[in-house]
Amino acid sequence: MNAIILQLIILFGVLIVVLSIAAGLIWLERRLLGFWQDRYGPNRVGPFGTLQVLADMIKIFAKEDWVPPFADRVVFVLAPALIIVTVLMTFAVIPFTPGIQVVHLDIGLLFFLAMSSMGVYSVALAGWSSDNKYSLLGGLRAAAQMLSYEIFMGLSLLGVVMLAGSFDLVRIVEAQRRLWFCIPQFLGLGIFLIAGVAETHRLPFDLPEAESELVAGYHAEYSGMKFGMFFVGEYLGITLISALIVTLFFGGWLGPILPPIIWFALKTLFFICGFILLRASLPRPRYDQLMTYGWKVMFPLALVNIVVTAGILLALPH
Amino acid sequence: MLSLLRTLWAVFLHLFRRRETILYPEEKPYLPPRWRGRIILSRDPDGGERCVACYLCAVVCPVECIALQATEDEHGRRYPEFFRINFSRCIFCGFCEDACPTYAIQLTPDFEMGEYHRPNLVYEKEDLLISGPGKHPGYNFYQVAGLAIGGKGKGEAENETPPVDRRGLMP
Repeated sequence: MNAIILQLIILFGVLIVVLSIAAGLIWLERRLLGFWQDRYGPNRVGPFGTLQVLADMIKIFAKEDWVPPFADRVVFVLAPALIIVTVLMTFAVIPFTPGIQVVHLDIGLLFFLAMSSMGVYSVALAGWSSDNKYSLLGGLRAAAQMLSYEIFMGLSLLGVVMLAGSFDLVRIVEAQRRLWFCIPQFLGLGIFLIAGVAETHRLPFDLPEAESELVAGYHAEYSGMKFGMFFVGEYLGITLISALIVTLFFGGWLGPILPPIIWFALKTLFFICGFILLRASLPRPRYDQLMTYGWKVMFPLALVNIVVTAGILLALPH
Repeated sequence: MLSLLRTLWAVFLHLFRRRETILYPEEKPYLPPRWRGRIILSRDPDGGERCVACYLCAVVCPVECIALQATEDEHGRRYPEFFRINFSRCIFCGFCEDACPTYAIQLTPDFEMGEYHRPNLVYEKEDLLISGPGKHPGYNFYQVAGLAIGGKGKGEAENETPPVDRRGLMP
């Protein structure tokens, strides 16, 4: 009985914390972007502008939630929910600390890959159901981009799996007690970072919504909280990818002195800020450049990474 | 690839730069003296109105926001009976200031004139008149113009020689 209650507390705790982090990122991103452009960013509402999130929420809830008459209504409503659900599902397998994990799956990593592939449906269906040229183009781009980046995202993680000898995220973290995987798997880390940015379709890989060419891409027809859900889904995605980078390459909760949860949070925050820095500084590539880059550079590199890692592992005596 | 990393680093360093933003209501921006803001009517050094109600400002105004009515006092000196600027129309182009022959109408570095009711944006003469000469101290139109008014006859203006007697024979 106590175990169930504990489980429920962990479940809702993770849910609330993750969602509030995603909301807080709206403020963090605008603030950091401001700093990197020699501005202040939102600093009026509440201390340091932190209540900006609340103001944004009130605004977005008060907006007219309009479904275009030409849209495919059911799919149109379903699409924004999908992205949040798939990302939140993945948070279930993230080991925040040894004790705090919603479900302990032996194949946590595979579960993550499966769920992140599901996220494509949200974007592609949103673009499809909007029945709008730009939205459809955005949805198509999202589908193609995520399919091609998904492949070497999975391949880049194989090195980590080989080193840890398990798909279990807890065991992957435990295997990093002596040495974080970011050192032996630096190539895998680089590939996963790039694939992660593409996976969350953040700048510089935000071609599905590329505002300079596609108005707003797949969410051009969305308004009100449905649009807000795409946004929250995007921020959840950033948090998720950052948490995964920390888990897979930077020793998860491991660290001296401070309690494990603090270490995990600090490392994750670092990578979230990295995502925002990417947005602040890099220009968006052309669509064909993005595809060429994925298939001709990153995909072979991921394969090389697997071969080299496997070779070294076989050569080293255990 | 290296250039991308250099870009990232360069952008990151902006975290420690000075912010360009002026936090407006607390910190006022510097406005140059020739800023085209709230319009005023100035007075000459003697304290009289500079405006001679020539209508040039009202004519040149592209949005026709200036209304006035000319009249004359007992000394033959022209002045506006009323002078009205509708600031909800004014586009602050500064043409009126350029057109004014007597430096009476001037634009000032002040833009904080927001109102909740539109009628409050209509400024009458007493709202527009200021106590000083504005941007042109020491200029007194009637003292340099050749026009005779009460208290100042022909040829009595500054840098003006007495009028030639055209009917006389003496040089």
